[in-house]
Amino acid sequence: MAKTFKKPEALSDQPPHYCPGCTHGVIHRLVAEVIDELGIRGRTVGIAPVGCAVLAYNYFTFDFQEAAHGRAPAMATGIKRVRPDLIVFTYQGDGDLASIGMGEIIHAANRGEKFTTIFVNNTVYGMTGGQMAPTTLQGQRTTTSPAGRNVEEVGMPVKMAELISALETPAYVTRQTVLKPKYIVRAKKAIKKAFQYQIDGRCFSLVELVSTCPTNWGLTPVESVKWAEENMLPYFKLGEYKTPDDVEED
Amino acid sequence: MGKILMKGNEAIGEAAIRAGCLNYFAYPITPQSEVAEYLSRRMPEVGGVFLQAESEIAVGNMLFGAAGCGARVFTTSSSPGISLMSEAISYISSAQLPVVFVNIVRGGPGLGGILPSQADYFQATKGGGHGDYRLLVMAPASIQEAVEMVMTAFPLAEKYRNPVMILGDGLIGQMMEPVEFPEHLRTEPSNKDDWATNGMDTRKSSKPNLVKTLFLNAEKLEEHNVILKAKYDRMKREEVRYEPYNTDTDYQALIVSFGTMSRVCRTVIDDLKAEGFETAMIRPQTLFPFPEEPIKQAALKESCKVIISIELNMGQMVEDVERSVQGGRPVHWYGKAGGDVPTPEEIIDVIKSFVS
Repeated sequence: MAKTFKKPEALSDQPPHYCPGCTHGVIHRLVAEVIDELGIRGRTVGIAPVGCAVLAYNYFTFDFQEAAHGRAPAMATGIKRVRPDLIVFTYQGDGDLASIGMGEIIHAANRGEKFTTIFVNNTVYGMTGGQMAPTTLQGQRTTTSPAGRNVEEVGMPVKMAELISALETPAYVTRQTVLKPKYIVRAKKAIKKAFQYQIDGRCFSLVELVSTCPTNWGLTPVESVKWAEENMLPYFKLGEYKTPDDVEED
Repeated sequence: MGKILMKGNEAIGEAAIRAGCLNYFAYPITPQSEVAEYLSRRMPEVGGVFLQAESEIAVGNMLFGAAGCGARVFTTSSSPGISLMSEAISYISSAQLPVVFVNIVRGGPGLGGILPSQADYFQATKGGGHGDYRLLVMAPASIQEAVEMVMTAFPLAEKYRNPVMILGDGLIGQMMEPVEFPEHLRTEPSNKDDWATNGMDTRKSSKPNLVKTLFLNAEKLEEHNVILKAKYDRMKREEVRYEPYNTDTDYQALIVSFGTMSRVCRTVIDDLKAEGFETAMIRPQTLFPFPEEPIKQAALKESCKVIISIELNMGQMVEDVERSVQGGRPVHWYGKAGGDVPTPEEIIDVIKSFVS
């Protein structure tokens, strides 16, 4: 009998270290499937962030570099500028991208660097143990906001897709999620578009993915999906925020 | 090609191109912004990469990425900028990547001033960033030497897979002198297929390459640091460079001085010689590895009464001089850190006060 569903070639055999219910596994797989489908594994360089995905390179079968905290967009800029023929993507969480790396992502996006950013937003610093992030929701309890995020003190959560799409230069900005299969199909389509734009020589693209962190949220995987749908999706609205030449696509 | 009159900063930029480095990332800062201005024009002419980044933090990490995928890269900056790049310098050292940094040092700490200084001696030779790492540090005393050191720095960085720093000062950057670009110092980038993330297709391999600095396992991190230390020890054996001056006389005082400051000290030695008072100098050309043994030998000469480390700072290299002399003779320091370079007369008085 023919195998119709198999592990992408771009994904390694190593079992992931991610917690049960974590969405990194799904997102890794989507990226790997897209890389396979586009046939770019031999010229792709991934950039791992600081955070839960710091060991992402263990799970892929192509070249990888590991960045300093928040600096993945600068690192990607360095690679892409000296080797425009390589396909380069950064894989970053919300603490990495929206806090310590805010300067690097904004400027890389605004210069129109020709790489792709996969931005995993789960509202907390996962690796360091669930501290408040720039994306933590109003009133959300974390280990550094035990009484809930007080927006009087630290402001409202940052909406990265909106922020980046306010810049004139970037080619493609979208926010998707991987909470349920119907969303996953759309998320993969968005990731594939972003890589295809890069192959076509289009400039910067950002795919924000609304994700979960059951461990640091103190919820089961199932409860986490429900919590994210009820609390994150109304604030972090899904959709295409910017497309090349602002042409609406289906 | 004959000699041409060039400003230090422009000569440094041109030297990198002549050495075979066509990738430059930078952020403007006085007193070296002319390098970026010059290369913003020159790099497109030679088909190279010029990028003005949003900060020195970004520059450091752009170099990290570019070097990681196998490109020859360099940057130039000045003291506060090097502080910001120190994050990336630590990572680049750990990832064992060849990158050339030029620091045209200005006065510090903080914003300090924009006049010549050697106050980043500690930062360059003892760290600056976190963790156990060393840079190979070279200090030019003329624009010609700066050109030659920049051109030599690339193959050295590749030989050791380690960052190399050229530590100049504001005078080296701003002064004009006749220079020549030695054709024989042009080198081709080495083959980096064993480790660079240059794409599996590029190197016709099915094995991914990984550039990383995280070692969560204690034994692995220990092993990694031992490998790094072995490189630094090899540099100490193979890369020590220095210039002796008037050391074949029965000198009473030995000066240790580098860079621009050492040029004033040469005048001092010549002036004192005319008076019949012999002094000598060891000028370190590499600050790491430091010429410990040559300084020790010169210090222990029968006629030598004192050793004086003369620096454009409040006494930094003097600690390495003391370490080299190992208590065999008294070691003193003299220097200034505001941006004024001590005059020969001033130094002559200082030497005489220490010798008498």
